[in-house]
Amino acid sequence: MDNAVTAKKKWWSGGHSPFSVSYGKLMMWYFLISDAFTFGALLISYGTQRFMAQAWPDPNVVFHSFPLMGHANLPLVFVSLMTFILIMSSVTMVLAVHAGHHMDQKATARWLILTIIGGIMFLSCQAWEWTHLHEVGAWWGRNPFPNHDGSAPLSTNFTDFFFTITGFHGLHVTSGVVLNIIVLINVLKGTYQHRGHYEMVEKVGLYWHFVDLVWVFVFTCFYLL
Amino acid sequence: MSNEATLHNQDLMHHGVEHGHGNGHDGHDHHHEETFISKYVFSMDHKMIAKQFLITGIIWAIIGAFFSVLFRLQLGYPDATFPWLESILGHWAEGGRITAEAYYALVTMHGTILVFFVLTAGLSGTFSNLLIPLQVGARDMASPFMNMLSYWFFFLASCLMMSSLFVQTGPASGGWTSYPPLSALGDASIGSKIGMDLWLMSMAIFVVSSLLGSLNYISTILNMRTKGMSMTKMPLTIWAFFFTAVLGVLSFPVLLSGFVLLLFDRHGGTSFYLSEIFVAGKVLPNEGGSAILYQHLFWFLGHPEVYIIILPAMGIVSEILAVSSRKPIFGYLAMVGSIFAITLLAFLVWAHHMFVTGLNPFLGAFFVLLTLLIAVPSAIKVFNWITTIWRGNIRFTPASLFSIGFVSTFISGGLTGIWLGNSAIDIHLHDTMFVIAHFHIVMGVSAFFGMFAGIYHWFPKLYGRYMNQTLGFIHFWITLVGAYLIFWPMHYMGMAGMPRRYFDYSNWQSFNMFGGLNEFISFVVIIVFATQLLFVFNFFYSIFKGRKLTTPNPWEATTLEWTTPINPGHGNWPGEIPEVHRWAYDYSKDGKDFIPQTVPVSPDESKH
Ligand code: HEM
Ligand SMILES: [Cu+2]
Repeated sequence: MDNAVTAKKKWWSGGHSPFSVSYGKLMMWYFLISDAFTFGALLISYGTQRFMAQAWPDPNVVFHSFPLMGHANLPLVFVSLMTFILIMSSVTMVLAVHAGHHMDQKATARWLILTIIGGIMFLSCQAWEWTHLHEVGAWWGRNPFPNHDGSAPLSTNFTDFFFTITGFHGLHVTSGVVLNIIVLINVLKGTYQHRGHYEMVEKVGLYWHFVDLVWVFVFTCFYLL
Repeated sequence: MSNEATLHNQDLMHHGVEHGHGNGHDGHDHHHEETFISKYVFSMDHKMIAKQFLITGIIWAIIGAFFSVLFRLQLGYPDATFPWLESILGHWAEGGRITAEAYYALVTMHGTILVFFVLTAGLSGTFSNLLIPLQVGARDMASPFMNMLSYWFFFLASCLMMSSLFVQTGPASGGWTSYPPLSALGDASIGSKIGMDLWLMSMAIFVVSSLLGSLNYISTILNMRTKGMSMTKMPLTIWAFFFTAVLGVLSFPVLLSGFVLLLFDRHGGTSFYLSEIFVAGKVLPNEGGSAILYQHLFWFLGHPEVYIIILPAMGIVSEILAVSSRKPIFGYLAMVGSIFAITLLAFLVWAHHMFVTGLNPFLGAFFVLLTLLIAVPSAIKVFNWITTIWRGNIRFTPASLFSIGFVSTFISGGLTGIWLGNSAIDIHLHDTMFVIAHFHIVMGVSAFFGMFAGIYHWFPKLYGRYMNQTLGFIHFWITLVGAYLIFWPMHYMGMAGMPRRYFDYSNWQSFNMFGGLNEFISFVVIIVFATQLLFVFNFFYSIFKGRKLTTPNPWEATTLEWTTPINPGHGNWPGEIPEVHRWAYDYSKDGKDFIPQTVPVSPDESKH
């Protein structure tokens, strides 16, 4: 860390980090790769089962409701809103990390708070959507949705995978929110100001962006395809 | 984060003491009061954590091996009764003969315990923890705290697995692979009831533990090497641990996903793995699932897992063979390259466990090709080990004997892998005793030999004492001969078509001819098991009463761990961490027996 970087420095010869990155960030990166494999396994399982299925429900029909809009047919509007919220929370996270680089305690805290709010809003939306789907009869092991060709559902694969994978993602968002709150408390207490850097914010930032990125895949797989 | 900073963070955690940064203080200035709890229980010293993994692993190994003695009794003496079995197993062994359910439970637990709790956590957990900081020249792991968590998650997983042995319906009994639908349906067998849930939970926690450990190993190796320790100056042990950790980080999460889906199938009414099933004459409503999906998810971990087990042993053996034959390792870069190739290929061959599941034969052909390709890096390694000891000045110690034994068993078992890797031959051999013979010799026995070699070799570093050599030699010879006597005949049984995982073969006329052989095998099993107890005795006795070390470098080795004091404190080196100037294998060079890594290269030295 305190080695002066000279022009002919040998990056891999020991005595310092070859990537000039702390072990904590390195671990976070490797953890994210590992977690990507967890989601990858789930999504590929979903893909193969769906590929082998004779027919599948039409997402435009399944996901057509919006809170307080009664029976209005608004295909994919609500999930677009959810996606927008999550992406915006990534933007505020970028700004929090940026403020951290400038050792700006107040701004970091502000952007983190907005990120946490975004996360909680996303989770609330998901809670509403799950409740709604549950009300129309969908759950693990129960699939009320006809296939897009109008035939009755042959299996519960659609709902099984939907709830498992979005649930698993929701769990990640939840733990992200918890982590963000812990870091926020430390920001407010001045821990990082005292420490001289805001690297923790960067680390939870990495995690947050990852969870966001996973959502893009989940969104594509369940709502668009 | 520099090495010094790691320890400081720890101090902060322990005592809230603030140290200044970067003012060149040394590791030995840490006079903190250590309580019993912080030193032995919730320790953050990688050396203590290594001992915790080792001793927990030894306890598990005794239990797992004892289970194999129990089910071998059934296979060897199917008609005999052993009243003492009833006194330890109760109604699981009514009348002194174990029941079919107990037999399957014992086999399942034997596999699970030895594959995961002993040869993964006990082997890689012990030696990665002990050797990574010591051999790369670091004060501790990158994150000692996560390292501690890694052990305690393992402990928790152990408790759950152990508790499953005592529930009324018994532990999981669907095999260490736990294939659905058997493992998904509580009605299918009593072993698929609560025991299976405990198994799944324990394994999920085990995955967390392994992840915490592996992330630490990787970042320590990449980030915390001492000055001069470039990647190509690292001992082969470190390379092996590095790729082991990479394998774990990338394959265990897939297993976790598979388990999540299995748990939902068990309790959530889902049909991920279930379709068109009859249980006890009743039709189940499940439709649309695929049992093969689980096999893909399982073996995507399962195959890398066997290399997670064998790579650390390979690293240990490479190191010990060079030290004990007083010769540089032959083909250092080829060794690193082949570990890398094995790691890469390990992810591309999983379906060779599934040739007969109805896999498309066209797809199977690719897996045959990739599987057989693994033989190339494996053969390179074997060739290099043999060339390393070739005309060496071998010092016969228990460690070097076990290392040579490793090479022997790895060859024997690897060759049968090539048979199995051909899908056409596998149709005949799949799920027979031949497979049992293959993987016990190539994985079970070899990895144990690597582990024994490592324990005998690094015991002086762990406890400042030697283990008893004579007992070590007895241990080696009986184990080597015994292992071959046990597993070699199983090849013939397998080729004759005798399937694995059966409780009783007596209704099969064609296998009656193996009755005597089975009896013989079981007899040898008992002797070999007793010999392992001798090792356990030697281990614990030597901790307290073994001959004390008088020199910090008892094997005259070049690597950094032997530059620490005989009983290194937390922080490993008093004073500065030594700087490294050369690779780890300068043995018998320029007339010198060995040159430690810390000695600067002199201008008139010959090139290697
Ligand atoms: C030349 C290299 C190898 C090849 C070509 C090979 C091939 C195979 C094949 C095709 C099978 C499946 C047999 C069946 O179930 O029908 C198998 C099983 C197995 N192999 Fe290997 N193998 C090799 C080396 C190894 C090594 C180095 C290990 C472990 C360190 C290992 C561990 C296992 C295990 C544990 C199983 C059985 C798993 C089970 O069904 O319970 N193999 N091997
Ligand atoms: Cu395999």
